Amino acid sequence: MIAQQLLNGLFLGAVYALFAVGYTLVFGVLDILNLAHAAIFTAAAFAAYSLVAAGVPLPLAFLIAAVMAGIIGILLDRVAFAPLRARNAGTLVPLISSIGVAIIIGAILRGIYGVDERHFTLGGVDTGTTIHAGPVTFTSVEVAIFLAAIALMVGLSWILRATTLGRRIRAVAEDRIAAALLGVDLERTIAATFFIASSLGGAAGILTGLEYNSVTLDMGGPIELKGLAVIILGGMGSVTGAVIGGFILGAVETLAVAKGLSSWRDAIVFGVMFALLVLRPTGLFGKRALRAA
Amino acid sequence: MNALIDFYAKHSRLIDQIGVNAILALSLSVSLQAGQLALAQAAFMGIAAYVSAILAMNAHWPLLATIAAAMLVSTAVAMLLALPVRRLRGVFLAIATIGFGEIVRVFANNLDALFHRTLTGGAEGLSGIPNDATTPVIYGSLALVAIALYLLSRTKFALAVALVREDEHAARGVGVDVGSIRMLSLALGGAIAGLGGALYAHASFFITPTDFGFARMEQILVWCVVGGVTSPLGAVLGATLLSILPEVIRFLADYREITNGIILLAVILFAPGGLASFWRGGAVRVRL
Amino acid sequence: MSLVLENIGVRYGGVDALRGVSLTVEPNRVLGLIGPNGAGKTTLVNATTGLAQLASGRIALDGNRIDGLAPHRIARTGIARTYQNIRLFGALDVHANLAAGAYARPGRLSDAEIGTLLERAGIPGADLSARAGSLPYGDQRRLEIARALASAPAVLMLDEPAAGMNPSETTRLVETIRAIAASGIAVLLIEHDMTLVRAACDSVVVLNFGEVIARGTPSEVGRDPVVVEAYLGTGAEALA
Repeated sequence: MIAQQLLNGLFLGAVYALFAVGYTLVFGVLDILNLAHAAIFTAAAFAAYSLVAAGVPLPLAFLIAAVMAGIIGILLDRVAFAPLRARNAGTLVPLISSIGVAIIIGAILRGIYGVDERHFTLGGVDTGTTIHAGPVTFTSVEVAIFLAAIALMVGLSWILRATTLGRRIRAVAEDRIAAALLGVDLERTIAATFFIASSLGGAAGILTGLEYNSVTLDMGGPIELKGLAVIILGGMGSVTGAVIGGFILGAVETLAVAKGLSSWRDAIVFGVMFALLVLRPTGLFGKRALRAA
Repeated sequence: MNALIDFYAKHSRLIDQIGVNAILALSLSVSLQAGQLALAQAAFMGIAAYVSAILAMNAHWPLLATIAAAMLVSTAVAMLLALPVRRLRGVFLAIATIGFGEIVRVFANNLDALFHRTLTGGAEGLSGIPNDATTPVIYGSLALVAIALYLLSRTKFALAVALVREDEHAARGVGVDVGSIRMLSLALGGAIAGLGGALYAHASFFITPTDFGFARMEQILVWCVVGGVTSPLGAVLGATLLSILPEVIRFLADYREITNGIILLAVILFAPGGLASFWRGGAVRVRL
Repeated sequence: MSLVLENIGVRYGGVDALRGVSLTVEPNRVLGLIGPNGAGKTTLVNATTGLAQLASGRIALDGNRIDGLAPHRIARTGIARTYQNIRLFGALDVHANLAAGAYARPGRLSDAEIGTLLERAGIPGADLSARAGSLPYGDQRRLEIARALASAPAVLMLDEPAAGMNPSETTRLVETIRAIAASGIAVLLIEHDMTLVRAACDSVVVLNFGEVIARGTPSEVGRDPVVVEAYLGTGAEALA
């Protein structure tokens, strides 16, 4: 029973983590809270749904929709953040302009898809095969989702640690002005950051849609706020922290359900987040782990 | 005259909503003016809505008494919230207060199960709330809030609020007790949000926890930003404009929310002072 | 009312920013506080106004201990200051900035008082509805002085008020500072420019690496070889 719950928590946590790494990456690099991240999450899920419905094979649809999410991220930056960056508007104004973009994306999706729930038409593979392994049961789809999320996060970690782009991103996160003096092209690096963060957020949306085989307009609502809890848990700006925070959140949620506290689940999550902010605003893993990574 | 009566009959619901929304916008404007991005207004509103609805339905209190009790509770909650978050600033304050709002929402959902009796009505909410917040009551309340804020704007409290917003450090240097001012502005915001919430409950037939979630909070924030974060009059205008707009552009059907987003973006990018910048010059006046 | 600092120590992250500093600021007099960059001059002002915590020592105004009080309480005892990097309420108008200075005083500023404040600070006739942040640089410095005077302070601490001013503005500033002291206020003046210090100060305390290395009249201090040594490499010509 406990093993099953922990396994479920692992599956859930992987998607939370994937969502949160993009959320926190933008915060770490630009010090802004991007409240349009959840809208991109939802947009990518709908895009993947449409592609699959049009007959595109799922892996290809996943790829296209994630890239599309990345492009939306770049546009988001150009429209909502870049002009504010140019005038040094601080961190609060961009937060509000990201709400503006989220409203626009939400309205477009609503206009296109209406308010009805959509399901992937995968012709029988939507739940995959059920696998029994000792005390636990899971589906092949769950495993695929988990592996995809892990692979993407490992990929991000590799980009940040081992590539020139990663070094540039870390340099900009560390000190934007110094990075610019050292010849880093700020705007291109920021655009790349948004592409990566948003495509990961989009991938999390597609995987969430697949996990429940349900794509809805408001699917981004809960994860938008829970994502905040994850990045606070991990320390804002810390990619590693966000991954660990995501898995902790997944475990806490599934254990809450197992203990019959499912209706109090969100209060526990946000209560922990609130307490952490008040007692230890830098999170469990220090403030700038991204910069030290 | 008849035309006016017809107009009211046709749009009375929208007219009432505008009044309530204006009060809610003012409640957030008060804490924004002290430079605090405290996003708990929807929670204060919700707490007050439930308190007033429960008192009216279960204890049959008269409207004004339920409003007074609701405001008292929301003010007390705001002051209690102010204590733990007193060291938080900027984005961290925003996130903590968003979290508080979510916790309140969960409690609204689960209070009945906790006490084994019907209080909040759980996720289905409460229906059958006396529909006695009439247009005169709503606009009378709005007028009272406006007058109170106007009188307040001529006191040293208003000066202190402006100083805390502009530079906390320098405000301390001239003798402002920054902690108290932040707490009082949050409490005042809580009181006004409580008024708005109680009126909301008594102007709607039913309320549910989702009425007071993050979406509502975002909406109130958008009104204030579009109006101008440091201007109470701007907040009222922002709420009015954005409440009417969806009705005017009904033809856009499912796309109509898009205008809210575009207006918000346009204001931030091209008129950072909001609507208020159209009648206010460069400098912010604080007249005692 | 005299401001007395006794044996002040301030530590930042294990480093002594100030060590054993004692000085007295007296009414009607201007005490200069000089020293190379990083000597601890601004730290001393911050310690007095409650922004930096004392590791040792005591601070008293008119015989009453003020160290350990919250910054806003210290401000209310009658200690006003200006900042090295101007900290006006930039988005507010001139009037609001003056009202801010008088925040802790009972009652309101009358128009006559406002006129007097602006005159004492050397910006008579400044536009009261102008945005403080849009004033010319020198006027901003003077508005900061006017704001400090609005609190009717017993002690005024000026942190490099001449920074960014041209020589003729600086000369006028000396008159302003002397007149402020003559009105009975105890003035502490942090300054780099020795010409200004000679003209404005009755006595001088020299800090280096957080310690007092000399004190006396401006001309005594200017001849002190220890002081000249301390300034070498940081611009000995400043003493010339």
